[in-house]
Amino acid sequence: MFYREAGQFKTSYKADQAVFPIFQDKIFVAIWLFIGFVVVPMLASEYMFRAIFIPVIIMALAAIGLNLLVGYCGQVSLGSGAFMAVGAYAAYNFMIRVPELNPLICFLLGGLSATVVGVIFGIPSLRIKGFYLAVATLALQFFTDWTFSRIDWFTNYTPSGSIAVQPIEVLGVVFDSPIRKYFLCLVFLVIFTIIGKNIVRGRIGRAWMATRDMDVAAEIIGIRPVYAKLSAFAVSSFFIGVAGALWAFVHLGSWEPLAFDINLSFSILFMVIIGGLGSIVGGMLGAAFITLLPLFLNQLPVWLGINISTAMISHLEFMIFGALIIFFLAVEPLGLARIWQITKEKLRLWPFPH
Amino acid sequence: MNDTDRKLGPTILKVESISLAFGGVKALTNISFEVKQHEILAIIGPNGAGKSSMLNVINGVYHPNAGSITYKGNVRQQMKPYEAASQGIARTFQNIALFKGMSVLDNIMTGRTLKMNAGFLAQCLHIGPARNEEIEHRKKVEEIIDFLQIQSIRKTPVGRLPYGLQKRVELGRALAAEPELLLLDEPMAGMNIEEKEDMSRFILDVNDEFGTTIVLIEHDMGVVMDLSDRIVVLDYGKKIGDGTPTEIRNNKEVIDAYLGVSD
Repeated sequence: MFYREAGQFKTSYKADQAVFPIFQDKIFVAIWLFIGFVVVPMLASEYMFRAIFIPVIIMALAAIGLNLLVGYCGQVSLGSGAFMAVGAYAAYNFMIRVPELNPLICFLLGGLSATVVGVIFGIPSLRIKGFYLAVATLALQFFTDWTFSRIDWFTNYTPSGSIAVQPIEVLGVVFDSPIRKYFLCLVFLVIFTIIGKNIVRGRIGRAWMATRDMDVAAEIIGIRPVYAKLSAFAVSSFFIGVAGALWAFVHLGSWEPLAFDINLSFSILFMVIIGGLGSIVGGMLGAAFITLLPLFLNQLPVWLGINISTAMISHLEFMIFGALIIFFLAVEPLGLARIWQITKEKLRLWPFPH
Repeated sequence: MNDTDRKLGPTILKVESISLAFGGVKALTNISFEVKQHEILAIIGPNGAGKSSMLNVINGVYHPNAGSITYKGNVRQQMKPYEAASQGIARTFQNIALFKGMSVLDNIMTGRTLKMNAGFLAQCLHIGPARNEEIEHRKKVEEIIDFLQIQSIRKTPVGRLPYGLQKRVELGRALAAEPELLLLDEPMAGMNIEEKEDMSRFILDVNDEFGTTIVLIEHDMGVVMDLSDRIVVLDYGKKIGDGTPTEIRNNKEVIDAYLGVSD
């Protein structure tokens, strides 16, 4: 009833091609931004920033990045953990070797380093598809694991191989408190979301989707598969690389190569699949789901007043988590974004059935 | 057909002694024919005669083992899909090859890829050139949507459309590239009579209004005889006939191989 587009006539193509052509959607997004920038900082505790908001935001950025590659361009990748590692270690090396650089610039340079690696490891995609490509990207994962744990130069010869960094300082502001870190990550997420959305609704995005849906037809229209696939790898790795740098510097603070192992790659891929392939909002929903569900399951017995051992809780957590993922995929294979879309379509007609 | 003679221009495409084999299977043997500007040429023949292979050779999906392709005066051993597209060859497929996850509008917009050139950064920020370009091309796409009378479904994902409309959208996507040479692979397969009539009208209109040269493969002889200016007949990868519909209708070899009944 309140979500209606009746009476909203578009008189120009510009208005029709807006990201949110329906007025209510604009309000909705404005409300979310208000919650993100005003309500949460006022209400949330330090623990919530550290355990919930900051990881969800950074993972959302990584998931959006991977979604550009997997969801929009149809190239399966299991190397997101590796791209995050490249972003993190490259940012670290830029920071210690060129100390006068602004840390934010270092993050972007970390993203660019991931882009270079992404393009190189995207070359196999020109010949192989699907599962085979996933295996090829797995090679990158092992390659980076090995590189960052064996080549000491990357870790600046720290004896343990792990890295600890100071809170970053940008233009005199030290990002040491959770709330500042939160704002930093949120700004990154907002900017990258806008960029991602703009790319996928333009020529490049259509070229990616065309390659995903029907590569022969795309080629005949004049989309060169080399450009489409490698540009998807490049942009996606950049996003994931920046997310990696944020993850390391803002969330972890100190880390070792294991922080970016294959498990991380898998979780990001799950976020994309559960959130919804080929959807920007899906990346965010998936990141929130995968990050928050274990926390929720962990706390649930406490809230319910059931007294079971912590070991039991963690076992149950894994089992329920797995079962829920299967349930979700069986009920709605297109992910949370699709559920959201169906809800909107239903809302449009509500209270009438059709 | 005086009407035909008047409209035809110089030769736009000429294939000479094209042979194509997949391993030991000979798909095409020594095929030569020409297409004149503004012509509607039909390629007919029984299943497996090599008709689709011929189209695939013309726009570079298959690379022939022998022969040459002369398009707009340039002689080539083979085409490449990107080159073919950038020089104004567009096509539709026998089995619809639309981008299923995208809307009708996006599908047709994708057809204009080669005409768009806004830089990467402008697209990231959706400013200036990128935005103006989207709007400008949207206008063109809307003209095509009007032409094909698919206004009401422009925002529908193509996967949800019935078969006949999907064929129409695919034609729209090919037209979006403003091709000089349009290759249609069985544009009317599986359609009912009304849909065939609509599609025939679109093909004639494209040819007439935009001056597009058309090469089409079709099995419905009524349609072929009525639409085309000239017909090439293939059988087992060999050319067995080439001429106007009247000539083909009376060609003994073609009747034996394909048409079956003599008039």
